[in-house]
Amino acid sequence: MADINVKINGIAVSVPKGSTILEAAHAAGVEIPTLCYMKEINEIGACRICMVEANEGRGFRLVAACVYPVTEGMEVLTNSPKVLESRKKTVELILSTHDKKCLSCVRSGNCELQKLANDLGVENSDTFAGEMVEHEVDDSAVHMYRDNNKCILCRRCVAVCGKTQGVGVIGANERGFVTTIASAFDMGLGETSCVACGQCIAVCPVGALSEKEYIDDVFAAIADPSKRVIVQTAPAVRAALGEEFGYEIGTNVEGKMAASLRRLGFDDVFDTDWAADLTIMEEATEFMDRFKNGGKLPLITSCSPGWVKYCEHYFPEMTENLSSCKSPHQMLGAIAKTYYAEKIGVKAEDIVVVSVMPCTAKKFEIGRNDQNAAGVPDVDYVLTTRELARMIRRAGLNFRAMPDEDFDNPLGLSAGAGDIFGATGGVMEAALRTAACWLTGEDKVIEFTEVRGTDGIKRKTYNVAGTEIKVAVASGLANAKELLKSVQNGEEVHFIEIMGCPGGCVNGGGQPQQPASVRNFADLRELRAKALYDEDAAKELRLSHQNADVQKLYEEFLGEPNSHKAHELLHTTYVKRSIN
Amino acid sequence: MKSLDEIKVIRDEMAAELLTRDESTEANGTKYRKHVLICGGTGCTSSGSAAIEKALAEELAKNNLTDVQIVKTGCFGLCALGPIMIVYPEGAFYSMVKSEDIAEIVSTHLVEGGQPVARLLYQETVTEDGIKSLNDTAFYSKQHRVALRNCGAINPECIDEYIGKDGYQALAKVLKEMTPEDVIQTILDSGLRGRGGGGFPTGMKWKLARNIVPDADQKYVCCNADEGDPGAFMDRSVLEGDPHVVLEAMAIAGYAIGATQGYIYVRAEYPIAVDRLRIAIAQAREYGVLGKNIFGTGFDFDIDLRLGAGAFVCGEETALMTSIEGNRGEPRPRPPFPAEKGLFGKPTILNNVETYANIPQIILNGAEWFAGMGTEKSKGTKVFALGGKINNTGLVEVPMGTTLRTVVEEIGGGIPNGKKFKAAQTGGPSGGCIAADNIDIPIDYDNLIAIGSMMGSGGLIVMDEDNCMVDIAKFFLEFTVDESCGKCTPCRIGTKRMYEMLDKITKGQATLEDIDKLEELCYYIKANSLCGLGQTAPNPVLSTLKNFREEYIAHVVDKKCPAGVCKDLLQYSIDAEKCIGCGMCARQCPASAISKTDYVAPGHKLPSLAIDTDKCVKCGACMPTCKFKAISKG
Amino acid sequence: MGAKTKKTVPFRGTPEQEAQLRAVIAEHKDEQGALMPVLQKAQDIYGYLPIEVQKIISDEMDIPMEKIYGVVTFYAQFSLFPKGKYNISVCLGTACYVKGSGDLYEKLKEILGIDGGECTEDGKFSLEACRCIGACGLAPVLTINEDVYGRLGVDDLADILAKYE
Repeated sequence: MADINVKINGIAVSVPKGSTILEAAHAAGVEIPTLCYMKEINEIGACRICMVEANEGRGFRLVAACVYPVTEGMEVLTNSPKVLESRKKTVELILSTHDKKCLSCVRSGNCELQKLANDLGVENSDTFAGEMVEHEVDDSAVHMYRDNNKCILCRRCVAVCGKTQGVGVIGANERGFVTTIASAFDMGLGETSCVACGQCIAVCPVGALSEKEYIDDVFAAIADPSKRVIVQTAPAVRAALGEEFGYEIGTNVEGKMAASLRRLGFDDVFDTDWAADLTIMEEATEFMDRFKNGGKLPLITSCSPGWVKYCEHYFPEMTENLSSCKSPHQMLGAIAKTYYAEKIGVKAEDIVVVSVMPCTAKKFEIGRNDQNAAGVPDVDYVLTTRELARMIRRAGLNFRAMPDEDFDNPLGLSAGAGDIFGATGGVMEAALRTAACWLTGEDKVIEFTEVRGTDGIKRKTYNVAGTEIKVAVASGLANAKELLKSVQNGEEVHFIEIMGCPGGCVNGGGQPQQPASVRNFADLRELRAKALYDEDAAKELRLSHQNADVQKLYEEFLGEPNSHKAHELLHTTYVKRSIN
Repeated sequence: MKSLDEIKVIRDEMAAELLTRDESTEANGTKYRKHVLICGGTGCTSSGSAAIEKALAEELAKNNLTDVQIVKTGCFGLCALGPIMIVYPEGAFYSMVKSEDIAEIVSTHLVEGGQPVARLLYQETVTEDGIKSLNDTAFYSKQHRVALRNCGAINPECIDEYIGKDGYQALAKVLKEMTPEDVIQTILDSGLRGRGGGGFPTGMKWKLARNIVPDADQKYVCCNADEGDPGAFMDRSVLEGDPHVVLEAMAIAGYAIGATQGYIYVRAEYPIAVDRLRIAIAQAREYGVLGKNIFGTGFDFDIDLRLGAGAFVCGEETALMTSIEGNRGEPRPRPPFPAEKGLFGKPTILNNVETYANIPQIILNGAEWFAGMGTEKSKGTKVFALGGKINNTGLVEVPMGTTLRTVVEEIGGGIPNGKKFKAAQTGGPSGGCIAADNIDIPIDYDNLIAIGSMMGSGGLIVMDEDNCMVDIAKFFLEFTVDESCGKCTPCRIGTKRMYEMLDKITKGQATLEDIDKLEELCYYIKANSLCGLGQTAPNPVLSTLKNFREEYIAHVVDKKCPAGVCKDLLQYSIDAEKCIGCGMCARQCPASAISKTDYVAPGHKLPSLAIDTDKCVKCGACMPTCKFKAISKG
Repeated sequence: MGAKTKKTVPFRGTPEQEAQLRAVIAEHKDEQGALMPVLQKAQDIYGYLPIEVQKIISDEMDIPMEKIYGVVTFYAQFSLFPKGKYNISVCLGTACYVKGSGDLYEKLKEILGIDGGECTEDGKFSLEACRCIGACGLAPVLTINEDVYGRLGVDDLADILAKYE
């Protein structure tokens, strides 16, 4: 496509046709601040922070850089006095309706509004003080708070909930000054068919949306001498935690993370990746069984609790297609409180399992039925990646100075197949690797690269040992919906992987919040996934069924995959829910 | 389904019958001896025209007068005199008609050889030697009716009457004789600009929509009938009085840009207009002037109605389209403009009712005819809804370039009660106030913008010395705050803060710095808002600040409201010299703020009274009770 | 949270009303942008749009209920609450306002003891402000159901209300 020539603050730059002023300025090394804008997700030009002066031959006027396309010969001023004054006023107006208790806000130091106020030189946050609309904090959901007193109505949450996730349980209600982001009839989020994915929290620029925090509870458990406190970390956590400590996006900080956890006082530092390998044993077996014996197909993965809840609300007729496997961290919790408890001679009641997850739906998942193999909950607390970072800061650990350490055994060893669970397509590839070995009877690592990548829906037919297996992978629930509708309309698929969050767990709702200025020019999904695929590629052990500790678990405790005991401990049930 | 030839037969027959309603021409061999036109517009319906119509029908039946036709029309324009009834061929104009008078009108006037009941006629039309034509009255003589030409002249529920006024001939001409490019060129040459707000050249809009997306699989023609300016009712009157003109014009637009589907987005608050549009669409489909293969030319075009649901912002083009799509009526950023990506993402044109009402006339009479009216950059006529402190409240259509003085003093009949003209507000919440020193400026798009107002859709509210300009600005801001969609920051929060500052001023709590801050905020909101609503919301404040700054200052510095409107700044007092102590005022006072002395020694006068300002609620109830005009406010 | 603070009456929808609503939805289902016409007709059927009605529309049209609620609360003409037997609507358009309709509105609130958008406890009167109804020649104007009253003063109100007792 032909390039367009524009001048940004007098500097000539050529950008592809169709570029916005924001993109052209980025190309010229100028970052125009934004609040509401999220590329392809929320292009509504509403907040007016990104105003610049543009001249298309009829004189300079203020336009919204985020959505205004460049035209040939356009001149743009991104920091004229008029522009800066406009932006400052916009921030001052937003501040006049914003709960400014910044010191006690979870986003303090990481708040896009706070940064703007600071960058733009707002000296008086009460310039436009006036009436404010008061809201009750919505704490009805298991996994999060919604505090509309801090909401700035950028609608990023509305866009991800409705467009990206196809859920749409929050939106703008009323109009004008009293416009409020809420649910129908002001229902609490917990009363709605919210799937707890937490994508809204991940994109919120301020502290209006936040996970329910369990840091104090975990510190208390660690301090309790009668408790054996086990921590496990999901694959995606190591791919993003570093961002909280100044590492580049996509840096794998597995070693420093394990070291930090140990220094926080956890008794055992286990790896959910180990349980991912275990999941593959169960799920691949389940698939082969259904595939060979005329069971319900397509089999759909059940690792993502946001997806599972979505399925229960929106596709209740398809819950039988869900794999009965618990998600990996639940499996680890179950094994920790049975097999491992036996090994170390501690009662299940005295073990506290803490899962560090890139996910907020996991906070919901631990309270589900049939997630208590030992008669007590498999997992006691779920912390998000963000909460772990806060915990590390609170404990005063110098993360960057940590040595690289390993996980503890026997629930710490993992194959590369388990590591890639954190990226969309990873579960599918891990399962296919093992299934292919089992079908061919030959242990050979095959890379199923077609199911990798950030496309919303990926489809592929594989010929494995003479058997045609049709697989599909979807991430992001709007994509899942599209795929499932197609399946309901007759598309033949045997095995489907669905992850609730776009790009999979690496882009989960519990991951570090990156400001719009980063999100709009970097693909978090891709960068973080790369860390996991690199880890897999670098490993000797890349097949789940070759994980020696998993094999030992079957030998010593479970018997066969899908055995009666395995079913009791590692599988679960689903319910049908309504849409609200 | 009617062929073009059949339509022409209907036209000729109806045109002959309609001559009865033309005082200057003798009609021969018509079906009806008399045509009684009763206004069925919203104004007259509110004041009871339906009852009058019923009474008249009964009375005619009683007298067996089958050769008198009752025609329920749209608005005549003189709403202040409603209900209105006019009898042709003589053109006798009855105003403020009451049901009780109908029997007399029938027995004296409508019977064979009868004469008008002079005492019930609009007095301005009564002359010594009989009655004069309505067209010669002050209200009508300066008007020039193009958009309104059929309003009040035909039965809007009868397609034949519209056809009798050359209806659908423009569509026929376009389809049979013109290329789409010809049509667009004609509209361009006419100089017609959008009557709804900004005044964008209509032909340009059409041209863009025709060409910008060459391979569009669908395009749309939309009509903005979501007239939301408080005090404006031009579009409603056209829809109520002449709905077919809009349908015809939209079909012409469809042909010009290559669209086959139209939508009319009309306010649900206009039930009569909605009904008449429904009837008109059904008739047009029946006659085949809407639907498939119109006039056998292969051109398809149909129209659906969509009702607004009470959101002023939906008058903004992108918000209107978002609303038709079934969403909250929130505007979208432009570009992309609707001509490229409009309704359902397809190229779309949107014009308002009055704009469309000009189109068939331009096609039939030619671009030069239209361009011959008006000023250099504003061609044709403009309809205004006159309201506020003016004698002839109603609807007027004047050539562009007519002065405000002509409209107010001549057509509008001046200000009631001998009060002084203070300002006229045009453009509703988007417009501004024109002060007395600009009363002789010719009204057109550019002049109004130059003096800080805008044409808007044509509401024209007259204010006299009793109106406080700060209060008026506050009124409009309250409206805007209420109607802001809440999407963009400047409008959602900024207008609210403006309102609060104005409120402070009217309560005497503001400082001079607040006025500067208010003004700065105004300019910020204008430049930064997402859509036209926000971009124009400060106009009422800016124009009053410009023209009536001293009034703001009086509120702030002197803590006085010169017009005596802002309650918090009022003080009622009794002039001891004039007061005779009768106590009439004390009896009316709801707050017992005035106490009367009941006993007085014989031979002594009653002492004068005083108002306890702590107790006074400033309701003003005392003032009219005083026969001696001893009570004043200020 | 406006919806929570206002009292509302129990839902008394009939099977006939529901059948009507479902028929309306079926008729419009395949139309582009059908939500607004469906909501308007639903309000015609029920008089207002309570959660029970919005739920049916949401399920039948496969539109999230929050989206419907967002639309309903955006437009002034949609109501979440039933109207009184007599609905009083005071025009606050410019023409009426400059002639004192604001005072009429305030006085009515005082007489009826309710706020705008509310209904008296006995279900008799509800009060709302409206934008220009185009009867500017009669300013100030109010309507009670279909009846229009114009050229009013505050003192006329008691007599007018008495007609509906």
